[in-house]
Amino acid sequence: MQGGSPLIHARSLTKRFGDFVAVDGIDFEVHRGETFGFLGPNGAGKSSTMRMIGCVSPISAGTLRILGMDPVTDGPAIRSRLGVVPQEDTLDTELTVWDNLVIYGRYFGLTRAEIRERATELLAFARLEERARDRVDPLSGGMKRRLTIARALINRPELLLLDEPTTGLDPQARHLLWERLYRLKREGVTQVITTHYMDEAEQLCDRLVIMDRARIVAEGSPRQLIERHATRDVVELRFTTHDEQDAAAEALSATAGGAGAEVEPLPDRILLYTGDGDGTVAAVTGNGVQPSSVLVRRSTLEDVFLRLTGRTLEDE
Amino acid sequence: MAATAVLRVVEREARVFRHLWRGSVFSNFLAPVLFLGAMGLGLGGLIDDGAGELPGGLDYLTFVTPGLLAATAMQGAASESLWPVMAGTKWIRTYHGMVATPLSATDVFVGHVVWAGVRAAVAATAFLAVAAALGGVPSAWGVVALPAAVLTATAFAAPLAAFAGTQDTDVSFPVIMRLGVMPLFLFSGTFFPVAQLPGAVQPVAWISPLWHGVELCRAATTGSGMAPIVAAGHVAALGACAAAGCWWGSRTFGRRLTQ
Amino acid sequence: MTAPAGSSVEVPRHRGQALPGVDRRRALRIVERNALAYRRAWVVFLTGFAEPVLYLLSIGIGVGALVGEVVVGDRTTPYEVFVAPGLLAAAAMNGAVFDTTFNFFVKFKYARTYDAVLATPLRVGDVAAGEVIWALGRGAAYAGAFLVAMLAFGLVGSAWAVLALPAAVLIGYAFAGLGLAATTWMRSFVDFDYVMLAIIPMFLFSATFFPLDRYPGVLAGLVAVTPLYQGVALVRALVTGDAGPGLLVHVAYLVALGTAGLWVAVRRLRLLLQP
Repeated sequence: MQGGSPLIHARSLTKRFGDFVAVDGIDFEVHRGETFGFLGPNGAGKSSTMRMIGCVSPISAGTLRILGMDPVTDGPAIRSRLGVVPQEDTLDTELTVWDNLVIYGRYFGLTRAEIRERATELLAFARLEERARDRVDPLSGGMKRRLTIARALINRPELLLLDEPTTGLDPQARHLLWERLYRLKREGVTQVITTHYMDEAEQLCDRLVIMDRARIVAEGSPRQLIERHATRDVVELRFTTHDEQDAAAEALSATAGGAGAEVEPLPDRILLYTGDGDGTVAAVTGNGVQPSSVLVRRSTLEDVFLRLTGRTLEDE
Repeated sequence: MAATAVLRVVEREARVFRHLWRGSVFSNFLAPVLFLGAMGLGLGGLIDDGAGELPGGLDYLTFVTPGLLAATAMQGAASESLWPVMAGTKWIRTYHGMVATPLSATDVFVGHVVWAGVRAAVAATAFLAVAAALGGVPSAWGVVALPAAVLTATAFAAPLAAFAGTQDTDVSFPVIMRLGVMPLFLFSGTFFPVAQLPGAVQPVAWISPLWHGVELCRAATTGSGMAPIVAAGHVAALGACAAAGCWWGSRTFGRRLTQ
Repeated sequence: MTAPAGSSVEVPRHRGQALPGVDRRRALRIVERNALAYRRAWVVFLTGFAEPVLYLLSIGIGVGALVGEVVVGDRTTPYEVFVAPGLLAAAAMNGAVFDTTFNFFVKFKYARTYDAVLATPLRVGDVAAGEVIWALGRGAAYAGAFLVAMLAFGLVGSAWAVLALPAAVLIGYAFAGLGLAATTWMRSFVDFDYVMLAIIPMFLFSATFFPLDRYPGVLAGLVAVTPLYQGVALVRALVTGDAGPGLLVHVAYLVALGTAGLWVAVRRLRLLLQP
């Protein structure tokens, strides 16, 4: 735990749209300098939470303090110290790359001289120096995303909110973006990230909460969460036909996976949660189960989510 | 280009139109009728009591009816040949889907122009019926104004769609509407005789395709008659615009859709 | 890359607000944004000057030669003198409506420009006020140029005509408020047909092209309560030197309409942009 008062403090935070409860009384705190994540499937309430933190969506119940202020009365004052990267790029398509940075700085009331200096730095940060005079439309998805992040940094925010920062990007663009976000973290920018990619959460977050159906179901560092809610290893078994898989699942359940492993049948494979992957594989094959492929791997946040909710992150 | 292929493009446009016709009722029918009421009846009342004399001693409603008929054909064709073409080539790229079938780029282009003519025919029929009911069409020759209006529409649809096929954004379209279509609407003998323009400007009106369309429509609806050679000249001018537009359009669409 | 807390970022203030929820300086940032966007489309901006002048030449001078003189009330004026103020008022309406419906809708619904804007210290009220100020500034430029054209054609009969410029801005204000409010109910571009359905009849029948007394009594009364007629009557009285305290009724009507529209628009936009 870091010292000082938290940058974000939420208690029983709730968001309702009519009868629909998007966020159902969640508690969390974000401290200065950390990268904090909301991991969960689509529709878990992550974006609604982000919009409340961004002061563009009034809270329905509970308390929310951001930078020690109340979003209801101090929205503009809070937003002047935030950087927001929304889920879908909202770049100004009528303007050039450079003008996007300039006008965004003007929205924050920066002087033109400050903006010039800052925008030059940020273009380099986003690796877009060559495209400064171009329109935004023809840029690639990765470039637009980097420009959106650069734009969100124009006011030197204390707190950067990133909603699904790499959704829809190809692997190369993703890794470049992650590298940029590490840099920001080293420079001390507090970041709040939502994602439904467990690898992204593991890569970027110091601490995260797992959200499901409008609630927080677990909280901790990626390592803590795996230790607490999953086993060290996972064995994945695949079968040629459904009938074979069903028969194997029955056999394994009856023998408790052979070596004290937990059996989790999925539509396309069977997972075995175990402290000793290789031992479990030996026990399973010794038991007469004949999978078409066997994979032993370390547990991930995906497994944590599965064990907590019984569903995968990709499920709607 | 094959006639059946072109008809398939027209069929596609007609199917889309089944869902969108309500909007076009306003711009292609109601708005021109409102103009006819304001100009022909309201302003016409002032003019018929007023100082000036229209050629042939026409009342103003009779004078302005063919002007608005031709101008409506132009405006409909122009707006349908700019943004919707951009949607087909760039925004929604429906044309790219069409040339992935046995249809050629020229089929797509000509289909568009034919469809513009069909819509102009429908709009002109409705407008003429209302104008006749108000007393703006004294002659039975007025039905001849229908093909004249359709020809006017194609004379604008073809070159403008060809041009739209060369553009990557729609920034130039409002400029075309304001500096091209709007001045033609106001100065091609629609609201007052071209003879009233200053002598030096009159030849400019003569190269306006709309002026040729207005002259043809006016000769028909007023039944004032027109020497066959003059009528042939107007038809030739409009036909030349349409033909040149089609030649250009088959090239611009070919370049955009099949490369 | 980061600096200590809130280094140079301006601290939002609650003083100096023109309307509740509007900060004048922040609203001007929206004007700045639009000016930046129009730098690339200056031709479109310039052509806006041409349209009303072309109408003046065609209907005022061209058709005017057919009409000769018009009797309005107890005075007789050449038709072009009669129609020019009507065209000025109509141009002010058209410009404001286009900016606050079509242009606003694109940014609001498709480009999602305001989603980004609202992540900064700007608020919904600032956005609405900024867009209205922009529309009025643009309208003022066009109206000013049109007045100069009227002067050049010898169509201005009174020094009161100077006030036709603020009057045109006022017409723009009324229709900008109305347009912004109407846009909050629009679902797609198809709905713009309804906007045109309101605008074109007003353009044609609000005593723009022929005097109110050409209508039968009931119809004349109906026309007189339309916002454009109020604007046309105001501008026409000023340009012809027929000014009097009665004009304040038109002014009050237009101010009330614009303010009501803006009030509704801000309320609705808050619901739509910040659910």
